[in-house]
Amino acid sequence: MRWPGGIAAGLVIALTLGTLGAVAWRAGFALRLGPADWAAIRFTVWQAALSAALSVTLAVPVARALARRRFFGRAALVTLLGAPFILPVIVAVIGLIGVFGRGGLLNEALALFGLGPVSVYGWHGVVLAHVFFNLPLAVRLILQGWLAIPAERFRLAASLGAPVGRLLEWPMLRAVAPGAFAVIFLICLTSFAVALTLGGGPRATTVELAIYQAVRFDFDLGRAAMLAVVQFGLCGAAAMALRAAGAPETLGAGLDRVVERHEPGGRLIDTLAVALAALFLMAPLAMIVGRGLPGLLELPAGLWAAAARSIAVALGATALTLVMALALALRGGALARLSMLLPLAASGLVMGTGLFVVLHPVIAPRDVALVVTMLVNAVMALPFAARVLAPAVAQAEAGHGRLADSLGLHGLSRLRWLILPRIRRPLGFAAGLTAALSMGDLGVIALFAGDGQATLPLLMVRLMSAYRMEQAAGVALVLLAISLALFWAFDRGGRVDAAA
Amino acid sequence: MHHRLIAGLALALAASPAVAQDRTLTVYAPDYFASEWGPGPAIKEAFEAECDCTIDYQTGDLLPRLKLEGARAEADVAIGFDSTEMKQARETGLFAPHGVDTGALTLPIDWDDEVFLPFDWSYLAFVYDNEALDEVPGSFEELVAASDDLRIAIQDPRSSVSGLSLALWAEEVFGDEVEAKWAKLAPKITTVTPGWSEAYGLFTEGEVDMVLSYTTSPAYHAIAEEDDTVSAAIFEEGHYMTIELAARLAGSEEPELAEQFMQFVVSPEFQSLIPTSNWSYPSALPQAEWPEGFQTIAMPEKAIWLPEDEADAKRDAAIEAWRQGLSQ
Repeated sequence: MRWPGGIAAGLVIALTLGTLGAVAWRAGFALRLGPADWAAIRFTVWQAALSAALSVTLAVPVARALARRRFFGRAALVTLLGAPFILPVIVAVIGLIGVFGRGGLLNEALALFGLGPVSVYGWHGVVLAHVFFNLPLAVRLILQGWLAIPAERFRLAASLGAPVGRLLEWPMLRAVAPGAFAVIFLICLTSFAVALTLGGGPRATTVELAIYQAVRFDFDLGRAAMLAVVQFGLCGAAAMALRAAGAPETLGAGLDRVVERHEPGGRLIDTLAVALAALFLMAPLAMIVGRGLPGLLELPAGLWAAAARSIAVALGATALTLVMALALALRGGALARLSMLLPLAASGLVMGTGLFVVLHPVIAPRDVALVVTMLVNAVMALPFAARVLAPAVAQAEAGHGRLADSLGLHGLSRLRWLILPRIRRPLGFAAGLTAALSMGDLGVIALFAGDGQATLPLLMVRLMSAYRMEQAAGVALVLLAISLALFWAFDRGGRVDAAA
Repeated sequence: MHHRLIAGLALALAASPAVAQDRTLTVYAPDYFASEWGPGPAIKEAFEAECDCTIDYQTGDLLPRLKLEGARAEADVAIGFDSTEMKQARETGLFAPHGVDTGALTLPIDWDDEVFLPFDWSYLAFVYDNEALDEVPGSFEELVAASDDLRIAIQDPRSSVSGLSLALWAEEVFGDEVEAKWAKLAPKITTVTPGWSEAYGLFTEGEVDMVLSYTTSPAYHAIAEEDDTVSAAIFEEGHYMTIELAARLAGSEEPELAEQFMQFVVSPEFQSLIPTSNWSYPSALPQAEWPEGFQTIAMPEKAIWLPEDEADAKRDAAIEAWRQGLSQ
């Protein structure tokens, strides 16, 4: 079935390039980049490269340890390590400041040794946050590479006394690491919320931040459109490099197998790698819980309604994303690959503004605020969901496609009997990822919302702009809990009765 | 299930006679204004009691939205413009004279604009914890000269009205030297946030010693939290004013209601709601009638204010000086 994939691709292109076109059509292009813009472009590329390099480098020892050790709580740790990736940025910043801020855990620990204090604000704060978000992804991608090395080879190498690292692991890393680097580089190119508070000043301005300023403050749509084109250009170039580097088209779903290795030593290094990574990734989560607890006693009245709205939007976005990702995976080809990439380069704000321009003559934007938010969230999460599903679908087709052909299984029945039963786990993982990403996204709702349409992130913003920081921290904790619960429920649902 | 249905029906029947209020005043307002923690709900209630109409708030970025919608805007009234964006707002040509006698205003400056009507105001100020900070700068000059250990959070002039007002304030105080002063201030600026709330959050978390906010911020802590430890540093060069404005739209389908609302804005009823819901000074209420917490907080002696043309002319240079000074 190719036509559903065509429709999905059409929707993605309409929402990314189409909305940009609408903004440009409304305002025209401002075809000039000032020195501040060039500074923003340089910083954007530079911080993304550094963030990706650090994430991948640090992920290697962690992935190796997880690949070759079996220990109590390993499965739980693998799941929890994924948490930062789905953490709402607005919430994560609270946790990062709790650990790395002036009064944070790190500086308190340093003070015990008469050291410090160190400041988290500046370009290194942006990079730190990006590593926090993307280290889990890097670990996942590289762990995948380790698990792909057949156990027989490790056994053979061990029996011959051959150097495992040079013969097996290094070639694997050379094949996998560039792809992991490229994916994370791409994600960091368009990330913007992180740079907002931790950036320290105008030196840490990214292109996406410049788009935010152009749309929401200067209301210079021509400039916003121009910058959005620059961003598509940057991502396009990075994506081409990604293909040239032979990047994986997958995010890896099932990781519970431990490589059987017959190699003594390295236990200390492995223990250290896993412990440090767990500390780095878990401490901010603990701080979010700590800061949020007092706020739980005075949660605002509208909380549960907002939570219900957020969950409804997240579930809607998840359903839509899964259908689109499946359709694209079944279609395959260049158009599908492009559709999996475009949302990574798109600016959510430009998308929202473009939709406003298109919808406004037809329908009052606030009447469709939640639907629009759902649509934008669905498209923004598509690259991740599609990368999880596409390889699984391809595998199912490769393994049983001919049999299905001979049985005359086509269309929906082929999906029902051939594909779906074989992709339950990645489907659950993709659903969890999408739901959690959508939950935490403030997104375009801020541009559209009317009375009684606040989502949880918007509720947080409202509390913060009314001096109610403690209540906002309480809402952040609720948001974190719901995001993780949604992820866990879907991921878990995919595992029930599914072959590992 | 059944009971609920019946209860619902009964409620609907009971409510129907009261739906004589079929006139609606559509008010565009910033998100914070209409939220349940802003002044919006109380103002809605008070106005609806006297107008026999319904206020319908539509929230979002005020000026971007009006520019996008142009003549198709549904608003009868727009409330919550910042005075730094007055010129851009005026240039949309969407507004009609407010028709209110500005003689009732109690601002520290003269105001006779026929289109934009101030509903509240405050002074920009650096706010600090008076139990933690020992050496409080008494002037902008002293702030610049303060030890580099001082940690300050400010807002980005490219994305927030308070940040832009700060850039204009510094420009007004330091003139040609402003870029050098920013460079001298740079080591003390811990971070620059996109908006007010992120910076203020860093202050309440104890991440910074001072935060760019308003002279009225201490009143929030004093009144809502019974906490007297928050103060605003008063600078002898004077303080930049932030004035929030309302205007009515020329294309309104309810011009009389809109006019009535503009009159309501300067009424004692509206004005007395402002201090403890928007945490700012009312624009048309004598100081003697302000709540107690507002009487006791420190008040600058000199107001700095740039008329819209001047502010607009200086805007780009002020932002560039800020960017250059902080990028060195």
